Amino acid sequence: MKIAKILGTAALVSTLGVQAYAAPGAKDVLTTYADIAHAGYEDSLITAKKLQSAIDALIAQPSAETFGAAKSAWLAARVPYQQTEVYRFGNAIVDDWEGKVNAWPLDEGLIDYVETGLYGEESEENPAYTANVIANPSLNISGTTIDALIIDAALLEDLHEIDDVESNVATGYHAIEFLLWGQDLNGTDAGAGAREWTDYATGDACTNDNCDRRGAYLKAAGELLVSDLEWISEQWADGGEARETVLEGDGVPGLTAIVTGMGSLSYGELGGERTKLGLLLHDPEEEHDCFSDNTHNSHFYDALGIQNVYLGRYTRVDGSVVEGPALSDLVAAKDAALDTELRGKLATSVLAGKAMVTRAQGGEHFDQLIAMGNDDGNAVVQTFVDALVDQTKSIEQIIAAVGIDGIEFEGSDSLDNPSAVN
Amino acid sequence: MALNGGGFSLPPFCFYNNHKTKIVMKRFVPALRHLALSGLAVMTVSALIPTAFAQQVDDPAFPGGNTSWPNADGRNVFTHYSANMTFEKRLDFKLGEALFQRLWVTAPTRTKTADGLGPLFNSRACNGCHIRNGRGHPVDDNNPEEGATSMLLRLSIPPQTAGQLRDHLDGKIATIPDPVYGGQFQDFSVAGINAEGRVKVSYENIDVTLSDGDIITLQKPDYQMTDLAYGPLHPDVMVSPRLAPPMIGLGLLEAIPDELLLARADPQDADGDGISGRVNHVWDIAKGQLAIGRFGWKAGMPSLDQQNQNAFQFDVGLSTPLYPDGSGDCTSAQTACLNAPNGNDPEFENLEAHSQVTDLVLYYTRNLAPPVRTNADDADVVAGQKIFDSIGCASCHTPRYQLPERTDMTEQSGQVIWPYSDLLLHDMGEGLADHRPEAQASGREWRTPPLWGLGLAKQIDPRAGFLHDGRARTILEAVLWHGGEAEPARHSVTMLPPSERRKLLAFLKSL
Repeated sequence: MKIAKILGTAALVSTLGVQAYAAPGAKDVLTTYADIAHAGYEDSLITAKKLQSAIDALIAQPSAETFGAAKSAWLAARVPYQQTEVYRFGNAIVDDWEGKVNAWPLDEGLIDYVETGLYGEESEENPAYTANVIANPSLNISGTTIDALIIDAALLEDLHEIDDVESNVATGYHAIEFLLWGQDLNGTDAGAGAREWTDYATGDACTNDNCDRRGAYLKAAGELLVSDLEWISEQWADGGEARETVLEGDGVPGLTAIVTGMGSLSYGELGGERTKLGLLLHDPEEEHDCFSDNTHNSHFYDALGIQNVYLGRYTRVDGSVVEGPALSDLVAAKDAALDTELRGKLATSVLAGKAMVTRAQGGEHFDQLIAMGNDDGNAVVQTFVDALVDQTKSIEQIIAAVGIDGIEFEGSDSLDNPSAVN
Repeated sequence: MALNGGGFSLPPFCFYNNHKTKIVMKRFVPALRHLALSGLAVMTVSALIPTAFAQQVDDPAFPGGNTSWPNADGRNVFTHYSANMTFEKRLDFKLGEALFQRLWVTAPTRTKTADGLGPLFNSRACNGCHIRNGRGHPVDDNNPEEGATSMLLRLSIPPQTAGQLRDHLDGKIATIPDPVYGGQFQDFSVAGINAEGRVKVSYENIDVTLSDGDIITLQKPDYQMTDLAYGPLHPDVMVSPRLAPPMIGLGLLEAIPDELLLARADPQDADGDGISGRVNHVWDIAKGQLAIGRFGWKAGMPSLDQQNQNAFQFDVGLSTPLYPDGSGDCTSAQTACLNAPNGNDPEFENLEAHSQVTDLVLYYTRNLAPPVRTNADDADVVAGQKIFDSIGCASCHTPRYQLPERTDMTEQSGQVIWPYSDLLLHDMGEGLADHRPEAQASGREWRTPPLWGLGLAKQIDPRAGFLHDGRARTILEAVLWHGGEAEPARHSVTMLPPSERRKLLAFLKSL
């Protein structure tokens, strides 16, 4: 089966005879899918623990160096995590959980000081808008007093999505990102958030007040991220619920999960809401990873994750490779031309994502690429959107090719997922 | 219409994409998933494909025709796109949805397309009031600090000058705003500007006795505006509380031809059935002429686009192509509000919500699909429908329309729909009257609201209310509030034997 895939053009395959065509069993494909998930979440956990150590070092000895090291650790932690996003759609257990670690957008005013002129001082649909946990040992939210004297993981869990307002993101990668970078006040011009290390300094060196509470928040958010990633990683280990669920039955639910995840992330979520909308409106508010200006990477690794799942191959953070029978093999056995087509399109979108990374490395980040008047930059982003839309069309054809029906591609919170929304 | 297991109907919708493979549109998706999860055989693609594209479903279990969403589960049930939408258009729908959910911020910011909020506003985002696109809920009398979160108060005064009277009679202005507070009471504002005040409610209980001796307690609301920040309201001010209406099927309602509405209108009750039914004639800004009103609780808006843009302007405080004023509902008496920075930007048509934004939101709001009815064939439901017809409910709650073919609204084109509304104005009696005329609608008239999705209201928001101000906590309460032209039908409901009334409610809940 691996041979068929390696040689996978229609012309070559046709010379190999029927035996080389034998499709892998659905269970084998799904095992690879679960193995990659487990490896991806385990890598996310490993890198999150490094981030946690970096945060501890920052708090123990605040300095430009320890602050920079924490930011580097955050960026490194995003690499494996973004590659797991393709698991979110189609796997209810992941979708239910992911808001704790990756919810976006953020009402950053809940967490720490913000530039009020930019941000507005109240939000009627979100009473926690200026609650600012770091500055307030006691919070009054919708008539309920919350004791925030001690900032720890338990408090953050309580605060997360209080009042059923989804943008009260108090935990996860983006909360940590905000605490490390601060607001990006540069619009579509160059520059990310510019928080200084002295926001964590002790004594008189402390800027913007409450450095100790800010450090406590950062530490608690890091702890929660690690424990949340530990949990999801276990779900994909042998005997874990997520793995068991995709392996259940005749394989159709599992294959449905794979295709739903690939299509939904490609189309409504990554191609649409996270990329096309910001481009259309030339608006950096629509940017993902906006505090750190890391959107190019989060988009690129999202696209790579889609390709990983289809090809059944994931390169871990330590350089080792997890691979096995893949959906690609299954499709190739039924419709070699479709498989070739989709592999080509996935490569195109990854390449288009890479082009944004290259621009960022050259100093032109995603928020600048989508700026009005930057026609050349806009075109780079549009190419990425087009590639994602194009691959979604081929992904839809998998449904017929492998005999699973009625898969829905959407994105974000409106994904039709009764178990998640009831 | 069994959607889970058993007598699985063939989905009528599929389309040919640009490739050779036929793709079944996402009909019955969750049902299929359910089948798969239950270990039942999944139908093959060929079994699911009847004929190509344009076969129209004509079945009351599919209220939106081919647009109907095949699954009625979950609290996000009103967030799905027309089921017959093509792949390409679904991206526009997603973008419109993202804008519908966008939190607008105070001008000026570097995020030029997201600023311009207020200065006075009712909500910072469309979905702040349109919670999961379902009905809003009334102000909570037990938690007055919460304010109005999915409803608002409209304000107006009688014409004061000859010019106002002429414009009102000509139909150019639907209402005359309060000289200080404007056309709407905004209980939120940007930093540095005072909100207009707070909205509070108290209720008076009214008992209604049914044929079997059961007593149903209705609550009649009394809305008050307190903490007034700009001095007194006009002594003759008229106030109309308005609940956020459900958002499904709006493009389908828009596609009902004027002639069909006019055909059902009977302003002088010429047929003597006690039901008049009038069209509202309102100013169509884009066309610069009068047009038939069909959106809003009093049919005050001629098109969905104008309805949306009116909400952008008055509810969120954003300028739009049809409402270019960057200061929203600020009046000349509110100078700080008028002088506050706005987000009108020369790069974006000198507007806050420019035409790209309003067009995407228009497409989104046109295509929120009515879900299928999963128990339309239950014996009680069928029996309840007969009662609904026999006691006269269907005289105004018109069940079915055949929409014409059209090229500009492809999803809606040619559909057979079941909204249960004539979209006409009816005198609903003193109990429901707001005593605030709007264009040609009197203070006792209301537009027949569509009933599709009625039974899903609480599934979407457990606090959802019925009627224009959300006063009715249950469908039965809403029925019992009917008066005026609907008084005979209401009386019939109270006199029904309990078992029959239960069937009628089963039908209403099945919608």
